[in-house]
Amino acid sequence: MQAINRQTAGDKLRAYFKHPGSLVLFLLVMLASVVTFAVLVFLIAYILVRGVPYLTPSLFSFEYNSDNVSLMPAVVNTILMILMSLLLAVPFGIFAAIYLVEYAKKGNKLVGIVRVTAETLSGIPSIVYGLFGMLFFVTTLHWSYSMISGAFTLAIMILPLIMRTTEEALLAVPDSYREGSFGLGAGKLRTVFRIVLPSAIPGILAGVILGIGRIVGETAALMYTSGTVAKYAGPMDSGRTLAVHMYVLTSEALHVNEASATAVVLLIIVIAINALSGFVAKKLTQKTGA
Amino acid sequence: MSKVMESQESKKGKAFSGHWKEKGMQAVFFIAACTSILAVALICIFLFANGVPAIAEIGPLNFLLGETWRPANNLYGIFPFILGSIYVTAGAIAIGVPIGILTSIFMAEYCPSRIYRPLKAATELLAGIPSVVYGFFGMLVLVPFIRETTGSKGNVMLTACILLGIMILPTIIGTTESALRSVTRTYYEGALALGATKERTIFTVMLPAAKSGVLTGVVLGIGRAIGETMAVIMIAGNQVGMPEGLLKGVRTLTANIVLEMGYATDLHREALIATAVVLFVFILIINLSVSLLRRGGNAGN
Repeated sequence: MQAINRQTAGDKLRAYFKHPGSLVLFLLVMLASVVTFAVLVFLIAYILVRGVPYLTPSLFSFEYNSDNVSLMPAVVNTILMILMSLLLAVPFGIFAAIYLVEYAKKGNKLVGIVRVTAETLSGIPSIVYGLFGMLFFVTTLHWSYSMISGAFTLAIMILPLIMRTTEEALLAVPDSYREGSFGLGAGKLRTVFRIVLPSAIPGILAGVILGIGRIVGETAALMYTSGTVAKYAGPMDSGRTLAVHMYVLTSEALHVNEASATAVVLLIIVIAINALSGFVAKKLTQKTGA
Repeated sequence: MSKVMESQESKKGKAFSGHWKEKGMQAVFFIAACTSILAVALICIFLFANGVPAIAEIGPLNFLLGETWRPANNLYGIFPFILGSIYVTAGAIAIGVPIGILTSIFMAEYCPSRIYRPLKAATELLAGIPSVVYGFFGMLVLVPFIRETTGSKGNVMLTACILLGIMILPTIIGTTESALRSVTRTYYEGALALGATKERTIFTVMLPAAKSGVLTGVVLGIGRAIGETMAVIMIAGNQVGMPEGLLKGVRTLTANIVLEMGYATDLHREALIATAVVLFVFILIINLSVSLLRRGGNAGN
């Protein structure tokens, strides 16, 4: 195929001169792509160049005060927030996906409703989640501004993501695995937990990693649920995560340099998370490809 | 003999408990599946229960079409913010959609396979960058740039449109690319065989065939732009008046909520929740059109 249809650069050029409209479209496509990727490269380079010089030891000192605006409490809070939100969202997300894929019968009305609501959840802006968390967890349940209010809010937010990725991962497990397991006398539950789930783990993991990315970057949903206190927070205390910390620093406008250093830290975490998720997904395709 | 009986009995017992385990876990899975329904129901109930009374008290027309927002004087008109959200979103679409669609054409049809993986990872990274970082970038780069080139204050609608246009790129690129890839390859080959150039084939055959996927991407982009909060607050100026033009400041629905929620009380606070209700209704309409588009796309195939 390739050999027969080979075109030299000269052929292409001549073809383009014959069809100037095509040439224009081709140039537009190239221009747009260059713009897209140039913007990304410029953004990352700018944040790094602007922020790296301000990554000072005092920024990482253990105690926060208004002089050093240390980001350590925010980092620890972020980790706690990730753990708490995942602890809530991952079991529910995985179990929900198991129900949808393994248990629900075809044409089940409930499945349709669950799909629609999950899609709705994934489209709701984070500030609406934030307000809901404030009204429900903070006010109605009297949890006040606390990490746990924030974690519940974020758990609802990433639930559809975990559900969808797990569902896709479960659907990708070949039916022959299930039939083999049933054939050997295993029950449904045993088949799900011993055979289907383990083969779906890379896909689920990729979804969980993306969820972590959303938690790390979230600001609007946390400002009025977990609050903006710059201290090491227990589950029932108010505390700011790294993204909230960065927003507070920028809005105060006194610590722009420290904010840019915080942006570097955030950016590096996000790049690492993306790379990790890509790596896991690659493992997945290799496995199913083999 | 008795041993055999015993073992049989215990087997029976095991089967019995196993049965309950199966049933019990099935119930657990079922309950987990219902959480998303419960979550949507709770969100609706709490937003509407707290927001609708305020709308009733202010008066739906005064609230939705009132042009003045002055909580100190009990004036709660959010029309400027509704317009602000719509303008900013429209601007973001005008910038993001053409660039996004053209880039996705590059990704699906032109990109050499060697650089595809890094570029794909780059678009995913673009989606993963937190909005505060985008806002920060806008504040330090876009705002001064707009200030110098247009002679305005810099914190203006145009800046917000450009930044949001960048932020919706990954959404549009992702959906459009997968829509283009799912078009049957024979369309492409057929058009080429009829003598069309590659570009003509892509723009007159492939894109129309991928129409519903492309539209879905655009609508998802609208959803993302209208819901974006932090980045907009940091660069759009946030003036409460009616939006006066591309080179004037603007406040969106989302910005209004975050900026004033911290100190609002009583009716003011409820009016802010009512602002979220309006935003939520916008999002529900957008979601509905996405699922209609998806269904239309599936029926077409």
